[in-house]
Amino acid sequence: MAERVLEIRGLEVTFRRGEERIRAVAGVDLTLAAGEALALIGESGSGKSVTLRQVLRLDPERTTEVAGSVRVGGEEVGRLDRRGLRRLRGGRVGMVFQEPLLALDPVYTVGQQIVEAIRAHEPVSRAEARARALELFRLVHVPSPDRRLDAYPHELSGGLRQRAMIALALACRPQLLLADEPTTALDATVQIQVLLLLRELQERLGLAILFVTHDIGAAVEIADRIAVIYAGRIVEEGPVRAVIRSPLHPYTRGLLASRTEGALVKGRRIAAIPGSPPDLARPPPGCAFAPRCSLAVEACRRSVPRLEPFAPGHAVRCLRAPEWAASAA
Amino acid sequence: MAAPAVPAAAEPAAALVRSPSFWRSVFARLRRDPVALAAAAVILALLVLALFGPWLVPVDPYASSVLRRLKPIGTPGHPLGTDELGRDMLARLVHGARWSLFMGVTPVVLAFFLGAAIGITAGYAGGLLGTAIMRTIDVFYAFPSVLLAIALSGALGAGIENALLSLTLVFVPPIARVAESVATQLRNRDFVEAARASGAGALTIVRVHVLGNALGPIFVYATSLVSVSMILASGLSFLGLGVRPPEPEWGLMLNTLRTAIYVQPWVAALPGAMIFATSISFNLLADALRSAMDVKG
Repeated sequence: MAERVLEIRGLEVTFRRGEERIRAVAGVDLTLAAGEALALIGESGSGKSVTLRQVLRLDPERTTEVAGSVRVGGEEVGRLDRRGLRRLRGGRVGMVFQEPLLALDPVYTVGQQIVEAIRAHEPVSRAEARARALELFRLVHVPSPDRRLDAYPHELSGGLRQRAMIALALACRPQLLLADEPTTALDATVQIQVLLLLRELQERLGLAILFVTHDIGAAVEIADRIAVIYAGRIVEEGPVRAVIRSPLHPYTRGLLASRTEGALVKGRRIAAIPGSPPDLARPPPGCAFAPRCSLAVEACRRSVPRLEPFAPGHAVRCLRAPEWAASAA
Repeated sequence: MAAPAVPAAAEPAAALVRSPSFWRSVFARLRRDPVALAAAAVILALLVLALFGPWLVPVDPYASSVLRRLKPIGTPGHPLGTDELGRDMLARLVHGARWSLFMGVTPVVLAFFLGAAIGITAGYAGGLLGTAIMRTIDVFYAFPSVLLAIALSGALGAGIENALLSLTLVFVPPIARVAESVATQLRNRDFVEAARASGAGALTIVRVHVLGNALGPIFVYATSLVSVSMILASGLSFLGLGVRPPEPEWGLMLNTLRTAIYVQPWVAALPGAMIFATSISFNLLADALRSAMDVKG
């Protein structure tokens, strides 16, 4: 097996808000090898972004309780001091945000921001850093890169802005790229270009990508593996093809059924999953999906099922999955 | 595996104009604004008067004459008349520009640095420290600015330095408050988070991202305070707490000419007209600057 770039074991994240304690992540395990792309799929509030942000320990430490382990290249992120954390952020790990217009500073040109990011990590001159920035802009296929470096974020189109953001994230040649819904804020036609770009970069640079999205279509485009997260736990994980073709968890099946593609036949309704996600301040004792699940039995409501391997590389957290899969086959 | 061909994002060639710097684009917008141009012209003229006035009007503003007291506007030799001691009004108004601008601008500049530092610290630090700083500032804020200026310079004693000091202290709280609110908003912006995610330390974030974004709005606000400062400074001089006679400061001139208002109303109104023109120009320029800098893309 290739080198493990990212290893998350038993990650639990709890936010304190006044008296309430919100358990956003309730035990997530993830491994990412070098050059591998993993898509973490879930709806709003499922804990997908929190998991991602915890790789760089971005959440305010005063109000966040973290348990479990996050290792980047074998190094425990939770134990890093301030300097180690700064080296990690933007150094070994780059991050792409959802809305590039908000994530780029409006008063500096995109070139200045990339130069600043490079010089924060490496002792290079401004001219060298600018040459690197130009190289990065070519890498992410920005047309007329030398002029675009001098543009302010608001002067670029959405797609170019996201390319600039990716260039910024890659400024210090990270091994791991974290992408927090990088295509959600873009037009449909631009989305696919950005996804193809990420895929190309992953192959060309041997980059590992952890990609958070609620868009299954985008996940299929870019990922080698998919992990579906629900109420702070991974409910299903496996190779893209296996998860899409033979989903095992009822939640995954519900997600796939609720896609709009192919469902736009006149008069046909888009299938929706009934009910709403559980309150994370008061999670149910058993399977978090049980209250919305048509297959749930008494045992589902008693204890949280384990994530069990089902096929090679394909695991599911559902008591009924083996039974159900056998009857469907 | 073959890399999939990624089409470069298509862009119209017209968009390829090299982007001007932020300040250059602000000035370009200001140049198209007639009100801003007029206000800037007035301020420029006042600056010229303040710097070169004594050479432009080589008349002694202190030379008094009992015989030539309170001459009307248009008197030969005294185009703007004379004051109650027979001193040439034109010379006094021109020499007064130096005093009045100095008294208007200096406290604001000092308060700009002090208030911005305090406010940005409080806003970016947030939490207990931020609250402590801002509640202390609020104590000063509770007093009306005129009252505070008078009370402070009264307590410190009359004199120019004390007047400047008290005006500075009057302007620190409002500037600090604007700086604090701007910094608080910035702290939660995505690009500050993105900067953290790319390894920037707290100091870098404040220096580069917070200052870069906050100084503009704070500067605009401070510009609008120049007029208030001028009026307050004139008020202090009027009360005998700022510039002292026989210096030709506009507020002071207004005070001493007050007794002549029934004899020569137009002459008595001249210093007030200067204060009015200057302060409204600063206000209009601040407004124009605010809208010219508002380029949220």
